[in-house]
Amino acid sequence: MTTTGPTGAKLGPYVISSRFGLEQSWGIEAYLAHEGYEGLRKALAMTPEDVHQATLASSILGRGGAGFDAGRKWGMLRKAKPNYLVVNGDESEPATFKDHAIMEGDPHQLIEGILTCAYATGADQVFLYVRGEMALAHERLQAALNEAYDYGAVGRNILGSDFSVDIVIHPGAGAYICGDETGMLESLEGKRGYPRIKPPFYPAVMGLYGAPTVVNNVETLSNLPWIMRNGSDAFSALGEGRSRGTKILSLSGHVRRPGNYEVEFAKLTFRDLIYDAKLGGGIREDRELKAIIPGGASSPWFGPDHLDLSLANEAIAEAGSMVGSGAITIMDETTCTVRAAWRITRFFHRESCGQCTPCREGSGWAEKVMRRIEDGEGREADLDLLMDICDNISPGVVWPPAQTTICPLGPSIPSPVASAIRLFRDEFLDHIRQGLCPFPPDRLQTSPAYA
Amino acid sequence: MARLNDDNLVRARELIALYPVERSALIPVLHVLQEQDGYLSPDGLAHIAELFELTAAEVRGTASFYDMFFLEPVGRYVVAVCTNIACMLAGAYELLDHIEKRLGVSAGGTTADGSFTLEDAECLALCGNAPCLTVNWRYFGDMTPGRWETLAEDLLAGRLADEVPPHGTLNRVRRAVGLPASAPASGGAVTGSQSKGAAQGGAKRQARPALDNSGPLDHAGHAVQLATSRSTAAVGSTLAPGGSPREAAGEGEATGDAP
Repeated sequence: MTTTGPTGAKLGPYVISSRFGLEQSWGIEAYLAHEGYEGLRKALAMTPEDVHQATLASSILGRGGAGFDAGRKWGMLRKAKPNYLVVNGDESEPATFKDHAIMEGDPHQLIEGILTCAYATGADQVFLYVRGEMALAHERLQAALNEAYDYGAVGRNILGSDFSVDIVIHPGAGAYICGDETGMLESLEGKRGYPRIKPPFYPAVMGLYGAPTVVNNVETLSNLPWIMRNGSDAFSALGEGRSRGTKILSLSGHVRRPGNYEVEFAKLTFRDLIYDAKLGGGIREDRELKAIIPGGASSPWFGPDHLDLSLANEAIAEAGSMVGSGAITIMDETTCTVRAAWRITRFFHRESCGQCTPCREGSGWAEKVMRRIEDGEGREADLDLLMDICDNISPGVVWPPAQTTICPLGPSIPSPVASAIRLFRDEFLDHIRQGLCPFPPDRLQTSPAYA
Repeated sequence: MARLNDDNLVRARELIALYPVERSALIPVLHVLQEQDGYLSPDGLAHIAELFELTAAEVRGTASFYDMFFLEPVGRYVVAVCTNIACMLAGAYELLDHIEKRLGVSAGGTTADGSFTLEDAECLALCGNAPCLTVNWRYFGDMTPGRWETLAEDLLAGRLADEVPPHGTLNRVRRAVGLPASAPASGGAVTGSQSKGAAQGGAKRQARPALDNSGPLDHAGHAVQLATSRSTAAVGSTLAPGGSPREAAGEGEATGDAP
């Protein structure tokens, strides 16, 4: 099933997405017919410590956005009982849609990964926090969990072992901020999803109900069954450096073939991803590339000069942005970058929880000023004003951003604003000097006005 | 409208029993109330406050934080059109304009006949099939004005009753079994002001009867046949070998049953 990419990189379906195309891929029959729960059997035959060591050896970094070493995170657990595992399925970062696909397409693989982690960390209970809006994912996951109970893979004496643990699927209710791990814990405690003041920095020390808690992302845990079946070495043989294994890239925007692509980490470039016939297939209408958002709405943008950058944590960080959640949005030459940056800023404004002044006020002011420029009512001084707002939110407007707020949402606000101004200053000035937006509205592909 | 009915009170108690600390079930139980009434009514919120031994302000304060909860009645179909970056680049505002004109309401409004509430939504995570929208949280990707017309007709004619349940229905699959919730340690392990409630909740927890999975499993009456929703074609095939999601989903499929 695995194909090879332009530089010999392995392209999925692979580690995580191998079952996605199957008939009823979300049911236990398809799962068991394709190595389902075999990784868990292997894990249960090992000691929890050995499962932890195997995860460390695989070098898998968290796939939620921050890229923290998963095995190290487990190792930071404070030794106290009870301890919990909270699984982050609150995927809400704009243009990210990989966890959505995993939860709908292969819920058993996620459950198996969860159980493997719960066994390694000795979790007393697991809470799988699923984004509220993803109704089908809720239904598929609950149906899969019921099947897994029936099969004996979850609950008491899992697969005949001494290990018992329960998984509770917990619905969110619509709030981006609950994707932040401490916002999620508050939400899981039945409160407003306000991220917690640090210290304590790590839920592993003080998490849910004040107990030691591991918080891992859906994609991260979905790698574990494969790692258990094939070994850490096979996993770490994929990719390079600090970017091991595969990564699902959520490709969106002006490409011919938007979608999720599982690719070997650190082996492809943006050019490969956008233009390869097996991947993005090039830009629609053969237009020119204008900008790339490399890692979700929170990441600083790249221009076409970064096309040959490797899709790896290190290379992208060095160039001043991040892989983040793996959401890559492509904008072609017809895109109004003022409007694009405004829309992302509006998102941050709507989703700011309001606890911290720089984020609450800064997002609103930045959105208003961007909007007035887009509407042709801006002034030249607005560019300095916007950079000043950004500087107040995150001093220096550098990458990685300086932290002035409780959670990382605030310092993410300058990313689209400052990126657009730095890369496309002339476009802002055109709006201001012409007193209108010089670009056509974004059109549906079916629109008569599209071409 | 109303307090939780008897069936939903049972569901609420089942949900509460899943958590070590009662209040953790608040958001799941609010979803149950919204499923019952289509929104969170003052009476319903008061009932939930009683159930959790919280003040009305605590319950309302929590509910009002979350976008999915409605504190006022809404239409039979809540249509959320994503206009965030990926959908915007694919023409989401043009789509939203079209729907606004056809329904005669602006985003945020409800049609006079109570059929539709329209929302301008943040990213719904179906960006490979942009622009997308949800109807009562069921996904429809690769939308066009024409497909919206078909979708609206099908909804009003009741042809999508399996795919699109009444507004407020999040999960039609009931949990079949479970293990007793593990209570957090009270006292020593729990410190800090944010955990005060937890410590109290933990103590309260001990007496509650717990679920158990020792008995036979009874899926009958719980499980529903999961009709493949519109997002399945889109999401499921996204990583299918050798085809782009757009091609694999097919032109007509994204909005379904063409009449």
